[in-house]
Amino acid sequence: MSRMPRPTGAIVGVGELPAVRSTHGKTTLGILAEAAALALADSGLEKGQLDGLLVAPHVGETPQHVPATVAEYLGLTPRMSNVVDLGGASGPGMIWRAAAAINAGMATAVLCVLGNHREPVPSRSPNRNPIREFDVPFGASGANTAYALLKQRHMHDYGTTDAQFASLAAVSRANAQLNPNAIFNGKPADTADILASPMVAEPLHLLEIVMPIAGGDAVIVMGADAAREARLRHAPVYLRGAGEMVTHRAMSQAPSYTTGPLKPAIAQALTQAGVAAVDLDLLSLYDCYTVMLAITIEDAGLCPPGGFADWAHGRDLSHEGDVALNTHGGQLGFGQADLAGGMSHVVEAVHQLRGTATGRQMAEAGLALVTGNGATMSEAVALVLGRDA
Amino acid sequence: MMLEPRDLIVPAPTPTGETERFWQGCRDGELLLQHCSTCERWVFYPRATCPHCWSDALEWRVASGAGVVRSFTIVHKPGHPGWAAAAPYTVAVIDLAEGPRMLTALVGIAPADVRIGARVVVRFQTVGEFTLPFFAPAAPAAPAAPAAPTAPAQA
Repeated sequence: MSRMPRPTGAIVGVGELPAVRSTHGKTTLGILAEAAALALADSGLEKGQLDGLLVAPHVGETPQHVPATVAEYLGLTPRMSNVVDLGGASGPGMIWRAAAAINAGMATAVLCVLGNHREPVPSRSPNRNPIREFDVPFGASGANTAYALLKQRHMHDYGTTDAQFASLAAVSRANAQLNPNAIFNGKPADTADILASPMVAEPLHLLEIVMPIAGGDAVIVMGADAAREARLRHAPVYLRGAGEMVTHRAMSQAPSYTTGPLKPAIAQALTQAGVAAVDLDLLSLYDCYTVMLAITIEDAGLCPPGGFADWAHGRDLSHEGDVALNTHGGQLGFGQADLAGGMSHVVEAVHQLRGTATGRQMAEAGLALVTGNGATMSEAVALVLGRDA
Repeated sequence: MMLEPRDLIVPAPTPTGETERFWQGCRDGELLLQHCSTCERWVFYPRATCPHCWSDALEWRVASGAGVVRSFTIVHKPGHPGWAAAAPYTVAVIDLAEGPRMLTALVGIAPADVRIGARVVVRFQTVGEFTLPFFAPAAPAAPAAPAAPTAPAQA
């Protein structure tokens, strides 16, 4: 059977800053530079080998000319650069775009970098668009109300319970106890603790929602063949498949409240990779809210719609389980460094697949599914990463 | 607690040339939706072209104002501080009878009494300088008239 065409590439270096609640005077550009330096050192490449640059929007106070601003600050002169604007899916979305640019001959080593500074009082959104005009005036500012609408509908349609959703956050908390960089490292919480946390937007409890942090993530992508020949510090991790879909912006306009654009994106990524969901060793799934994780487990085809709790019940989802889930703690356990949060799922998958997940290394990790999710279950990217090409 | 929006100091709508007519309709007590005379489908939020067929043959029509709760959330900690005085209040997405969906907040009903699938109708309320389409429970259906069976009588 001939395989679906796909981008090929390899991740040759990763860097991630520890989670912190605020950065006191640091700039986003400075944080990007810290993350980029970590990834470069991890790769073993020279700075001069980096000839591609992908960044996210809203870099500090820079509304436009973002790649040029970042390139200048980092002292890079990329042959290919761009902004990837897919919210929490931006990081995973960078990986296949980097590979595609390399496949097209436009670059050989692409730095993908995201990060954020964070002051104690975040500024308010400058949005002037339909969601600002038609949702915000009714008291629906921010993402919490949107994901609460999803959870409510899931519970209504499938009879799922608060405790079942909370148990997913408990898995993340447990895994975060093995990651010293996670914001909730040293702060365990079980299902009862999560259910006892304050109601924010009913039926969502506080601890079903990611904690905003500052941080940064950087990943370096090369061509698969070039990676085999390069002098690298670690084994490359290969891009086996990718999928992407955008369906809407505002939750009111979402085509469904019980399945999302990750479903076709994951299906495409698995098809490109020539594998099935049950073949996956690691699930590195975007988890801004418990309900997003639940729907993603279902959209990945690991269980029938509405069946996430039966799938998870009694299953060891730590790095010691047959299939592991968000071994770095997920964003529910690590914290969400704004748009960099999505890339944390890539960084963890790379560590597991190449055997550098110190203190939480899986015994057998050959295939990982990484997902990114942006806005209100609007923007979706799925990647299948493999130890083998 | 029942939501009373009129005293809130909260972010107002941000009308554009495409949406001004909608907000004028709210001031006049009419829920206006666009209807595409090319593909015969309804459109909300207002646009310059139909998102279904890309025709610009959109005309304003007065909608029924009726709908059904698709989902809802009881907001305890609002994303904007101006709404704190109203919390807890109910944000809901309504499947309008004409087809489009819109987000709103519910008035005239305690949050604990809201259910998915409940029938609601538009209820315009003034907040600051704008009139907004909130929704409230539909009046209970009139008691069914006796007889008039809807299915063939049993033999």
